[in-house]
Amino acid sequence: MSDEEASARALTVMKASFNERGQAKLDRLDQDETQRLCSIPPSVKLPKEVTDRIEKLNLELVKYPTDGRMLGDWREGEKIAQRGVGMQFSDNPKNPAGGNCYACHQMTKEEISFGTIGPSLYNFGKLRGNSEAIQRYTWGKVWNAQAYSACSNMPRFGHKGILTEKQIKDVVALLLDPSSPVNK
Amino acid sequence: MNALQRMAGALALAALAGGVYAQSAVDEIAKYRQQLQDGNPAELWEARGEDLWKQKRGPKNASLEACDLGKGPGVVKGAYALMPRYFADADRVMDLETRLVHCMVTLQGFSQADAVKQPFGSGSRRSNFEALAAWVTSESKGSPMNVSLSHPKMKESYQIGEKMFFFRGGPHDFACATCHSESGKRIRLQDLPNLTEKADAQRGYTTWPAYRVSQGELRSFQWRLYDCFRQQRFPELKFTSEGSIALTTFLARNAAGGTFNAPAIKR
Ligand code: HEC
Ligand code: HEC
Repeated sequence: MSDEEASARALTVMKASFNERGQAKLDRLDQDETQRLCSIPPSVKLPKEVTDRIEKLNLELVKYPTDGRMLGDWREGEKIAQRGVGMQFSDNPKNPAGGNCYACHQMTKEEISFGTIGPSLYNFGKLRGNSEAIQRYTWGKVWNAQAYSACSNMPRFGHKGILTEKQIKDVVALLLDPSSPVNK
Repeated sequence: MNALQRMAGALALAALAGGVYAQSAVDEIAKYRQQLQDGNPAELWEARGEDLWKQKRGPKNASLEACDLGKGPGVVKGAYALMPRYFADADRVMDLETRLVHCMVTLQGFSQADAVKQPFGSGSRRSNFEALAAWVTSESKGSPMNVSLSHPKMKESYQIGEKMFFFRGGPHDFACATCHSESGKRIRLQDLPNLTEKADAQRGYTTWPAYRVSQGELRSFQWRLYDCFRQQRFPELKFTSEGSIALTTFLARNAAGGTFNAPAIKR
C-alpha cells in the first residue's frame, strides 16, 4: 500500500469506526488543509514553501477584536487557563470551554502543576513588554497558533471557536497585564 | 487501613497540598503503586474472567474453552503477546476483544449485538470483557511481545494504525502524536509516554489492561484508546471497530520485544 493509499484507507476505516456522540459529530474527522498537511510525524520536516503557506492561510483567518481592545481581565484569564474541559463528548456544550493552558505551559510561579508540551510562559509580558505589536502577536497566537508556527501542537482557540473573543481578551491579559501573576 | 485506602489518602493529600508539595506527593504515589503490586485488585477481575471463560453461557450453553486465540483452541498461555493477529477462519485481523466477541457469537450463540452490550464497566454494571481481558492477558505475563506483520492484512492494519496515530482533526487539531510523539513531555504533572520510541512504547503497551485506582475499575486496552480519543475531542470510538484494531496493531507492534506485564495498577 502506497503512502497515499494508506491515508485514504485510514480515512475510510476511521469514518466507520466512530459514533457521533453529544457535540462530537462525525464531521470532526473532516480535516481542513492545515490538519491534513500537519498529519505527519514530528521527524518529518515539511518544505519551507508549505510551512509558509500554512502560516499565511492561518494568519488570514485571525479576527482581531471588534472594539480594538485586546486586554481583558487577567483574573478571569487565570480561570480559563486552569479549566480543562470543553468540546469532549462527555462535556455539556452549554458550559463554556476552558483553554487548559496549564496542560502545556508553565504560566505563574504559584501553579506548579503545569505541563511541558509548550514553552514556559512565565514572565511572558515582563520579557516582551506590552506594546501594540506584542498585543497583536499574542492575540493572533491564541486565536490561531499556526499563523506563526505551522503544525504547532497548540490548538487554534479562536479560529476553532473553542474560546470566545471575551475569553481570549482575558487570557491575553493574563499573559501581558503587568499586574498578572504571570509577570510577577 | 488497607493499601488502597492509603493510596486514596495520598491522592487526596496531593490534591490538597497542590503547590510545592505536588511533586513529592507524586513520588509518594509511585511508592504506593510499588507496594500495591503485591496485592493488585486486578486479581478480582482475573478470577471473574477465568470463571466466565469456563462457564457454560449463551443460547448454545457453551463455555469459551474451545475459543482459539491464535495458538489453537483453548490455548490461553502466551496468546495475548501475539495479538492482534490475522485469523484465517474470519479472514481478518482481530485484537483480543474482537476475538472474544467472535467466540461468543460462534461458540456460545450470542448475537453480535448482545455480545458487545457492556464493553466497559461502571460501578455495579460490570463488564465481562474487562474481566475476560484481565484473565487472558494475565496468562501472558512474562511473555515477550511478538506481534508479527508477515501476513499482508497485518501489514495493512499496521499502516492504517500508523496513519490514525498521526491524524489531526477535531476542534483542537489533536492527534495521538500531539501527546505521545516526543520524549520527556507531560500534561500537567502526568508523564506522557512517547509511543513512537521503543522503550516508552513497550512500557506503555505492556502495562495494559490496568486497574485504575482513581476509577476503582479494571480498564482494558480498548478502553484506553476510547478514553484518549475522548480527550482528543474525537467522536466516540466504536468498541472492536476496525480502526481500534488497527491502532492496537500499530502500538502492539511498536512494543515488540518488551516483556508483557499486565494487568498492572495505575493512578
Ligand atoms: C496542547 C498543547 C497546548 C495548549 C493547550 C496551549 N498551548 Fe500554547 N503553545 C504550545 C506549543 C507546543 C507552543 C510552541 C510552538 C508554537 O509557538 O506554536 C505554544 C506556544 C505558545 C505561545 C507563544 C510563545 C512565544 O514564545 O511566542 C503563546 C503566547 C501561547 N502558547 C499561549 C497559550 C495560551 C494562552 C493557551 C491557553 C489558552 C495555550 N497556549 C494553550 C502548546 C499548547
Ligand atoms: C490530549 C492529550 C492526549 C491525546 C490526544 C492522546 N492521549 Fe494517550 N494519554 C494521555 C495521558 C494524559 C495519558 C496518561 C493517562 C493517565 O495516566 O491517566 C495517556 C496514556 C496513554 C496510554 C497508556 C500509557 C501508559 O503508560 O499507561 C496509551 C497507550 C495512549 N495514551 C495512547 C494514545 C493513543 C493511541 C492516542 C490517540 C488515539 C492518544 N493516546 C491520544 C493524553 C493523551
